[in-house]
Amino acid sequence: MNFRGRDVVSIREFSRQEIERVLHVARDMLPVAERRKRSNMLDGYVLSTFFYEPSTRTRLSFQSAICRLGGRYIGFADPAVTSMKKGETLADTVKMAEAYSDAMVLRHPHEGAARLAAEFCSKPVINAGDGAGQHPTQTMLDLFTIKEELGSIDGKTVAMVGDLKYGRTVHSLSYALAMFGAELIFVSPRELQMPKDIVESLSEQGAKLKSTTRLDEAVKEADAVYVTRIQKERFPDPNEYQKVAGIYQINAALLKDAPEDLIVMHPLPRVTEISPEVDPTKHALYFKQAFYGVPVRMALLALVLGEVE
Amino acid sequence: MDKDMKLPLIENGSVIDHIDCGMAIKVLRILGLTSGEPEQTVTVLIKAASRKRKWKDIVKVEGKELKPREVNQIALVAPHATINIIRNHTVVKKITPALPDDVKGIVKCTNLSCISNLNEPIEPSFKVECREPVKLRCHYCDRVVEDPGSHLIE
Ligand SMILES: [Zn+2]
Repeated sequence: MNFRGRDVVSIREFSRQEIERVLHVARDMLPVAERRKRSNMLDGYVLSTFFYEPSTRTRLSFQSAICRLGGRYIGFADPAVTSMKKGETLADTVKMAEAYSDAMVLRHPHEGAARLAAEFCSKPVINAGDGAGQHPTQTMLDLFTIKEELGSIDGKTVAMVGDLKYGRTVHSLSYALAMFGAELIFVSPRELQMPKDIVESLSEQGAKLKSTTRLDEAVKEADAVYVTRIQKERFPDPNEYQKVAGIYQINAALLKDAPEDLIVMHPLPRVTEISPEVDPTKHALYFKQAFYGVPVRMALLALVLGEVE
Repeated sequence: MDKDMKLPLIENGSVIDHIDCGMAIKVLRILGLTSGEPEQTVTVLIKAASRKRKWKDIVKVEGKELKPREVNQIALVAPHATINIIRNHTVVKKITPALPDDVKGIVKCTNLSCISNLNEPIEPSFKVECREPVKLRCHYCDRVVEDPGSHLIE
């Protein structure tokens, strides 16, 4: 297993053993991420964080990750100030990241952008989301959260809730959870069900799956509930959206009969999918999940830069 | 040969026979014979009678022997085509196009937000996902293009 120099474009390019290695290193990074310990592991390294669309949480957690390990970052958070506006190609901008830094983190509104960047950059490229495409570090931090909080992924039941049709990151996460031996319950309104071809390919993979429209029932069986946003634009009729958004909301009443150690996850930002009344309960894991993005990204940086084997 | 083709015989060159009816122009486009300065005479017969399949198109290229690498991509739009290489009015070689595993530079991605549809210095690139009917998976955005013959690069 060798991570040095490797690109992180899609979760599918990583075997279970390789992802386990990332999660293991991420655990070693926890004390540094929480500043109980200090590290200069990436002293002297410069990371490019090029964000062609805003994603505050992802960007800040990468920047925190490199800083915690003693490195520095350059980059931009706003496409308005970049050369993209002047018509420069992504391929040319990537050459700049290659020249000025040791690795590149890219967020871009167009699918396949990270693949292209990886082809033009000899240094490691980490995909921090390409439009409706891949977001592999989100998947890794989701897996890390479940592993840390539930002790394992294998044999656990994860209910995926919300828009399962359009959200490609939900598809990637389902694939990864199945690879790790989790059981999956797909909970969504009929209009937003998991696409058939994905359900089929998960079944072929040997995954244990079931689908329901009943959130209340799924919550009773699950070890973790993974909530995603249902976008208004998916519903031509605003009343229909209101109805669906109401039914698939996580709130105190729903969690009254939930297992005591059920965890509720969300990639954030949330809108109305999780009521704020859930925040103080022990079920609420989403803020900690966001924190876990730091040790996981520290681990990935240390691995692709070759400072950890 | 050629008794059922009402076309001038050629002395040297290539005859692409058994093209699915209506696909001749797409074959020409894939072969790059529709653009630039003409270097050879190209004869096209659209809707010729075919013993095997009722109707077919035929393309003849005078003075140019097509190479297997050039003809393989034809399989995208004309999976039943055969290519006869002619020297001195005689068929010296028959080639059956076989779709390669990778298709580069001839089909564009149908996903409008794919990076390969932007002004970047790359060629659209696909892996063959399914051969019958042909479906391609985009190397960049990972989406599947159904009916790639309808999405040829102009
Ligand atoms: Zn594409």
